[in-house]
Amino acid sequence: MIRNLHRREILMHRSLSIVAQAALILTLIALASVVVFVLIRGLPYMSVQLLFGDYGRYPSLKPALLGTLYLVLISLSIAAPIGIGSAIFLTEYTKSKSRLVRVIRVATETLAGIPSIVYGIFGYLVFVVALGLRYSLLGGGITLSIMILPVIVRSVEESLLAVPNALREGSFALGASKVRTIFAVILPCAASGIVTSLILAMGRVISESAVLILTIGMVVNKMPQNLYSPGTSLALDVYYFGSHGYPDEAAATGVVLLLLVVSINIIATWLGKVLGKEMANG
Amino acid sequence: MNYKAIRARDAAMRGIFLFCAIFAIFALGCITVFLFAEGLPFISRVGLTNFFGTRWHLSSASYGILSMIVASLYVTALSCAIGVTIGVLTALSLFKFCPRRLVATIRQLINLLAGIPSVIYGLFGITIIVPFLRDYISPVGIGYGILAASLVLAVMILPTVVSISLDALNAVPKNYYEGALALGATSEQGVFKVVLPAAKSGIFAAVVLAMGRAIGETMAVIMVIGGSPVMPRSVFQSVRTMTANIAMGATELSGDAATALVATGVVLFVFTLILNVSISLLRGASQ
Repeated sequence: MIRNLHRREILMHRSLSIVAQAALILTLIALASVVVFVLIRGLPYMSVQLLFGDYGRYPSLKPALLGTLYLVLISLSIAAPIGIGSAIFLTEYTKSKSRLVRVIRVATETLAGIPSIVYGIFGYLVFVVALGLRYSLLGGGITLSIMILPVIVRSVEESLLAVPNALREGSFALGASKVRTIFAVILPCAASGIVTSLILAMGRVISESAVLILTIGMVVNKMPQNLYSPGTSLALDVYYFGSHGYPDEAAATGVVLLLLVVSINIIATWLGKVLGKEMANG
Repeated sequence: MNYKAIRARDAAMRGIFLFCAIFAIFALGCITVFLFAEGLPFISRVGLTNFFGTRWHLSSASYGILSMIVASLYVTALSCAIGVTIGVLTALSLFKFCPRRLVATIRQLINLLAGIPSVIYGLFGITIIVPFLRDYISPVGIGYGILAASLVLAVMILPTVVSISLDALNAVPKNYYEGALALGATSEQGVFKVVLPAAKSGIFAAVVLAMGRAIGETMAVIMVIGGSPVMPRSVFQSVRTMTANIAMGATELSGDAATALVATGVVLFVFTLILNVSISLLRGASQ
């Protein structure tokens, strides 16, 4: 009797492990099919006109490419210095138990959990309504910079924490001041991690679209003139084409976006490894 | 440079870094204030029964979002049920039942897929899932709706669930598993009855995080949800989530209707705050 129960349990767990393996295969198939179907659907519709042509009778991605570039530049030039500065403060200047640090951490984590559409509403209320800028790339870029800030803070913090304490102590022992230690010793040591996290943040900006629907206006057919112009981005174009009767263009734009984001992620991982190795050897 | 100047520079830089760190608090405060200052007066003006009613009909000044709240919760629950089940089983399989050589590669692939833009998942939804549901599964011949959105979201949250659950499993001390084996358990028993319960709080954190992503996701959802502001009764029915309500109206509405979207955002914001607090409570409990 007892032996039977025992055997039944063993069998049950063994079959659960087979179910788990099936789940792994299902996961891989599901994720691979997202990539494969987007490629199959979109690649035949890639054309020179779509990529580099002017937006006229046929749609083109030129305004979106320029808009995306603007958004990346604006959001990173705001979020990178603030994020790195914040990470430096959290790792180099404070003890992790202090109340201020706890509040900062809770705020950063809460920011990370806010849905992007809520950021979009915030950007809309501040830049479109309160400041009267209307829909603009500047407003969208600043809103995005707040959104990627927690990502940057968290990953830069990790790379600063990875710098061995002996280096800090050595620098202080040589008589260097705190600021000099940070800029001459710690930041160069953590450079590979910081660069990687900035590139990953860039990937986030390129992927984002819900924020932009409410802040930059989704003007797909005009080149943005300056920072105050409304505009569009690659991700927003995928949505626009998909929901306004251009399914083929949407699929092709999806391919461009997918390749861009995946290559950015691969570059970030690779750069992290290469620079990391160089640091270790140098 | 003399000593005093160095001290002054150090103090100044500390101030600058402090300012950067406080910026997050400032930003969070601004977001909260702006949203609530615009949304709450609107809710109190139209009345709670109107705003949390079931009728969304702009020309008769009915701004009821109850059907959208229900739709959001429905989609979140269904997608997490699917995504978390498959995701945790996948993590278990990567943890113990998968050839060692493959694990690192599969992990890297899954991490790479975590970075895919949500609009791509939406595109996948309208090109594959919606036609498939329409032609083969749906009894009423409609592909758009809760099931389509839940399937798309389930795939989308998979990478997050897998990678956080796997971290949680790996964080369980090795000797738990070895102890189970020493007591005569099979490898499977050791994993399912000892390691998995020990990793419980980390896996719960993954679930809550996945719920946050699912309830807040906009683009992947609006492309496949249909968009009718009606109470969900079946999974094959065009409905509208809170996020879809905001994004769909954003480019066309103005005046009171636009403010109603902000108020919808306030409700969504409160939901995500609740999820956030439960994540930090879970973290606190696990430490």
